[in-house]
Order: sequence, then structure tokens, then C-alpha cells
Amino acid sequence: MSLFKKSAIPVIGLALVASIAVAGSHGAGPHDAAIKARQSQMKLYAFNLGMLGAMAKGEMEYNAETAAGAAENLAKLSTMSMAAAWPQGSDNSAVDGTRALPAIWEKYPDIVEKSKAMSEAAATLADVAGTDLDALRGAIGDVGKACGGCHKPYRAEES
Amino acid sequence: MSPLFRWIIALGLAGFAAFWLLTWPDRLPDDALAGLTGDVARGERVFLAGGCASCHAARDAKDEARLVLAGGQRFPSAFGTFLAPNISPDPTHGIGTWSAMDLANAMLRGVSPEGAHYYPAFPYTSYTHVTAQDVTDLHAYLATLPATNTPSQPHEISFPFTIRRGLGLWKHLYATDDWVLTGDLTPEQTRGRYLVEGPGHCGECHTARDLFGGLQRDAWLTGAPTPDGKGKIPGISPAQLDWSESDIAYYLETGFTPDFDAAGGHMASVILNTAQLPASDRAAIAAYLKALPAPGD
Repeated sequence: MSLFKKSAIPVIGLALVASIAVAGSHGAGPHDAAIKARQSQMKLYAFNLGMLGAMAKGEMEYNAETAAGAAENLAKLSTMSMAAAWPQGSDNSAVDGTRALPAIWEKYPDIVEKSKAMSEAAATLADVAGTDLDALRGAIGDVGKACGGCHKPYRAEES
Repeated sequence: MSPLFRWIIALGLAGFAAFWLLTWPDRLPDDALAGLTGDVARGERVFLAGGCASCHAARDAKDEARLVLAGGQRFPSAFGTFLAPNISPDPTHGIGTWSAMDLANAMLRGVSPEGAHYYPAFPYTSYTHVTAQDVTDLHAYLATLPATNTPSQPHEISFPFTIRRGLGLWKHLYATDDWVLTGDLTPEQTRGRYLVEGPGHCGECHTARDLFGGLQRDAWLTGAPTPDGKGKIPGISPAQLDWSESDIAYYLETGFTPDFDAAGGHMASVILNTAQLPASDRAAIAAYLKALPAPGD
């Protein structure tokens, strides 16, 4: 009996540590799906901006059709209804795996205004991206500014 | 009075006199701006390169509101929290009565018109490189901005850092006119060095500080913790940043990284300035960053 007692404690302890480690490594938080969804939206932004930016930088030859398509995607992405991907309590002080600051949920009207600025900038880009390279170059800057509009106050620095 | 006591008083007085002399505010020579006249358009370029609005306008200000330099932004540090003052042309609450020479002494020497040392949260350690002509142009430009009568708020710091005179010693340790990057530079790299080490004051955030808040110039632009200690400011020397020159210039124009993430945090404010600079200035900054020593150099 005494043998069991001695060995049981570390075994139970190990099991506890293991379960915490599993929870930690899988990040099994209540908002994982929502965080993944909104980060996927950001990745789609980045993918489409990548083509437009490569043309603007002169790294990729300008193609009116590709540019118009990518800019159209941005405009669509920016008008998607994504509120459900930003549930209360999915900020970086409550859960892992996100740099979203709690201020997002405290200043909601500002978020609405800034996302409107984003869709407007994206719509303008979509209007002109297929015209020519200069038009694309002229309009993509405002999209970057609109991205920064939210990234500046509402996203934590990388830690 | 015992001889010992007399000695102690004498030593104390000598020590105080030495402190007073060593911490004397070092103003520019009276003729530092002689013969120069300010140009408003060129001054705007200095204003953008210097990032004045990033700290002196309201933090979330955009477009026209970024020209209202009412102050009030808070800057936490290991020594307390500094509050940016009103530098609008208001004669009472701003700097409307300042001469170009007052501005030059503030920016190049960190000394106020009254002869007090400024805290180096105001990056005169970088602005010291700004040319006399650029200060004069900036002075002309600042006078064209809207005045606001928002009072400047006091810094939230505690003793002994409240003794401004002590900053005279700090300046002896850390304020220098020397460039960090020396050697043969192309005209473009030289312009980039001026922008980065001077008005752009990039090193003030991207270089780590020592115990007393001085920049570690031997770890120039290799990254630092954020002043609140919660995050990190990335290194931007070739050892940390492998972006091409056009990547860097494009980032400074649009805020897009090569992966098309978009700049956030305080850097998003910086981009609002650099986006308005001539493309040649963004290219010069990129050329300078690439000219910094790479690992193994």
C-alpha cells in the first residue's frame, strides 16, 4: 500500500502536467474557430494584395485582368459579414493565438467606421485596378492606410 | 568650526559647482542660423521626415487633424510617463512666440528657450543632426499650422528624474554629433543616413537602451523591447531584416510588408509621414539600412 502511495503522487502529477500541456499546445480555447476564421480572412487579403503589390512594385508584369480580379476580391472580402468571428472574450488578454487588443470591443463604433474606410478604399481600388498600372499604384496606398487604421490602435506588437 | 567640518563644506560647495558647470545648458552659437530664411514647402518635408505629428498630434488623428499639434500623447518609460507638449503656433500654450533659434536650440541641443534641459523622450539626440537650413524651414512651416490652446500637461515622473539639471550629465554621456554609420557612402546612402539617424530618429525606438536610457549605439537598429515592456520593436539592420531595398521603400510608402501584412502600432503613424515623402527619400532610407554592417562584416 505504501508503495502505491509513493508512486501514485508523481503519476497523478504527471497526468495533470500532460493534460495542461495538451490544452496549451492545441490552444483548445473557446474561440479558436472564430480566431482562425478572421485570420483566414486576413490571409486572403494578403494573398490578393500580394499580386497587386508585386505589380505596383514592378516585380510582376501588370496584367489588367489579374489586377481587376484581385482588387475585386479585396472589395468583396471587405464587405463580408464577419462580426461572428469577433466574439467577446477573444482578445489577446483572454486567449492565446491572437494579437487582437481588448480595445476592439470597447470602441465598437470606431471599428465600424474604420472597416467602412477599408471597404471604400478597396472599392476605389477595384474600380481602377484594371485601368492601368498608374491607377493601381495610386489607389493601393489608401488600402494600406485603411489596414493601418485598425492595426495601429487595435493590434498588439509581436511579442 | 572644526577644520574637518570646514573641509566638508568646501568639498560640498566644490561638488555643487562642478555639477552646475557640467550640467550647464549648452546652447548653439548665436550665429548658428545666420543668413538663413525659411521655406514653407521645404519645411513640410522636414516636418514629415521628422515625424512631428506622430507624437504631437492626437494618437488617432488622421488627415487634417494630424496638423493640430496639441500634444497629450503619453509615452511610458522606465523613468515615468512623458506627455508630449503642445507645439502648435498658439502664443501661450504652444510655441507661437519661438524664434527659429529657439527651435534650433530645442531640436539640436535639447535646451528650452528658458534654458532648461528637455527630457530625451523628445529625440534631440537624433535631431542634433538636422541641418540649420532644415530647422529654419521647419520653423517657417510650423507657423502655418493651426493654433490650439490645449494646455501642455506635466510629465508623470518622480525624483530624482524631476531634476532637469541632471540631464546635463546625461547629455555628456549620450548626446553626440557623430554619425553611427561612417565610411564611404554613396550620395543616396548619405541622404538615407541623414534621414534615419537625424530627423527620422529611427534609432530612438529600433535601438535598445541601457540602464540610464542611453541608446546602445553598438547595437544600432537591432531591435528593442517596447517601452511598456509588453512587446518588441523589430530590428531593421541587415542581420534582422532581409527585405530588399524596394521592399523597404514600398513598406514606407504603403505600410505593406513583403508578405502583405500591414504595419500596425506606432509604425502605422510613421508610415503616414513617410508615405508623403518624395520616393527618392524612401529609397535613400532603404539604401542606408542595407549599408549597415551585416553579420560577419
